[in-house]
Amino acid sequence: MRRSANWLAHSVLILGALLFALPIWLAFCAATLDPAAIDRGELSLIPRLDHIGSFWDVLVHGGPGVPPVWRMLVVSFGMALAIAIGKIVISILSAFAVVFFRFPLRRTAFWAIFVTLMLPVEVRIIPTYAVMGDLHMIDTFPGLAVPLIASATATLLFRQTFAAIPDELVEAARMDGAGPLRFLKDILIPVSAANLAALFVILFVYGWNQYLWPLVVATSPNLDTIVIGIVKMIGIDTSTEWNKVMATAVIALIPPVAVVVSMQRWFVRGLTEGEK
Amino acid sequence: MERRTIFAGWKLPLLLVAPQLVLTFVFFYWPALVAAYESLTRTDAFGIHVVFVGLANFRDLFADPLYRAAILRTVEFCAAVTALSLGLGLVLAVAADRELRGRNLYRVLMIWPYAVAPAVSAVLWILLLNPQIGLVGRFLIAHGIRWDYALNGSQAMLMVVLASAWKQVSYNFIFVLAGLQSIPKAVIEAARMDGARGLYRFRTVVLPLLSPTLFFLVVVDLVYAAFDTFGTIWAMTQGGPAQATQTLVVKVYNDGVVNLDLGSSSAQSVVLMVGVVALTALQFRFLGRRSGT
Repeated sequence: MRRSANWLAHSVLILGALLFALPIWLAFCAATLDPAAIDRGELSLIPRLDHIGSFWDVLVHGGPGVPPVWRMLVVSFGMALAIAIGKIVISILSAFAVVFFRFPLRRTAFWAIFVTLMLPVEVRIIPTYAVMGDLHMIDTFPGLAVPLIASATATLLFRQTFAAIPDELVEAARMDGAGPLRFLKDILIPVSAANLAALFVILFVYGWNQYLWPLVVATSPNLDTIVIGIVKMIGIDTSTEWNKVMATAVIALIPPVAVVVSMQRWFVRGLTEGEK
Repeated sequence: MERRTIFAGWKLPLLLVAPQLVLTFVFFYWPALVAAYESLTRTDAFGIHVVFVGLANFRDLFADPLYRAAILRTVEFCAAVTALSLGLGLVLAVAADRELRGRNLYRVLMIWPYAVAPAVSAVLWILLLNPQIGLVGRFLIAHGIRWDYALNGSQAMLMVVLASAWKQVSYNFIFVLAGLQSIPKAVIEAARMDGARGLYRFRTVVLPLLSPTLFFLVVVDLVYAAFDTFGTIWAMTQGGPAQATQTLVVKVYNDGVVNLDLGSSSAQSVVLMVGVVALTALQFRFLGRRSGT
């Protein structure tokens, strides 16, 4: 009985793993095929390793209508890192202020931030674009990243973490003569390192995967992220070079997947502890 | 949530909270006000005069059968994506919760699709379902099914639902697994001793204990399906054929960016914001109940 249930669990999990992995494997194989063969519908699940050069080709030369993939990778990395680091910095500071100080309008400040918790950029896309126009930030790198840095999720998570820190620890730090900034740097940040790492993973992936906002705010090819680039490449209906599209898609997957897999333990804990 | 020990002073904390407040005001409140203002105005055909029209944009919006159809379509789309990704996540998490050989590897294999961009998942599914080049698409055609999502609306809808749900299974898996593992072993053991087994035990003991997690996930999945799937839909169908896959966010983009109808698009943004705030309130009530804050 137990045995058979285990077998069932194994088969369910293997089917699930295949469901996730198969499309990626197919994309990898397609990247190594001749574009004319793909057009004829001759996809195969065996890669042609002698044609693996298509990855190098898109990396250096790009595809129809898009800059070289390495350039788009730089923009994507820049955007994802700016969003992840920027969000973490501003939300550590504000959560620290809200939890460890009493200042005028503290509750108002917290609520003003909190209300924006679930107002994704997709909802406010047109008005935010108008505001960016007034600020002359359209088609600039800060324009890509800065509006996405403002959000309450990270602040809320750090607020919870900080609130759980025992009073004795704060008391001890004060007795040792540590001022607030010293306390933040030497105690609070090291103690919350796990949450910080988890949040970094979540925000990096969030930043890397953005599509709608970059599409609206940046039209210059210099600011194409790799996700934007892929959709541009399939937008050319008549002669899509599918091998190049798939090579770019596989390259686009590698950084965020590597970040998630390598930091998996922290990521899962941070996600489930903070509830989003 | 209130601490007893705090630091003195009020200038430093105001300085610390300032960057976030400034960003919040510039990129949330200001756009929200702009949207609210523009939703109440209309620009004439020459783009010269801006006229205050009250709630006319909203009246037009809700009188527009296309908009009402888009609301209904979005609800259906969100429900399908949520049911599919939560259901699959639940099944996989229950399987992974057992003491299996290789379970750490299984977990990694279930979690990594979290990192796939919605637009990239669209490209991967095109490679499966495209009628000319797709592996599954060609298979369907070879077996006499008229498969062409560029012409057939329901097939297009099915396709964007599959691609959107596929990517979201991981998120559900992570949370359901964490929920299952936080159920005390003693509870399960007691149920086992009482003779509750298999599916019956799952339905009567595990599922009720899991229900707060499931509720949380339903809200998160709905928000994901409503807003984060723009990349998937735009890359696959651009909301077509006709408007068969046009969700509310796709419509906002279409009306605002492609057709430059700012009044209507702002009114749509305001409607969406109200919807999101309602969902937030729902979730906050639930979160508040759980963590006691």
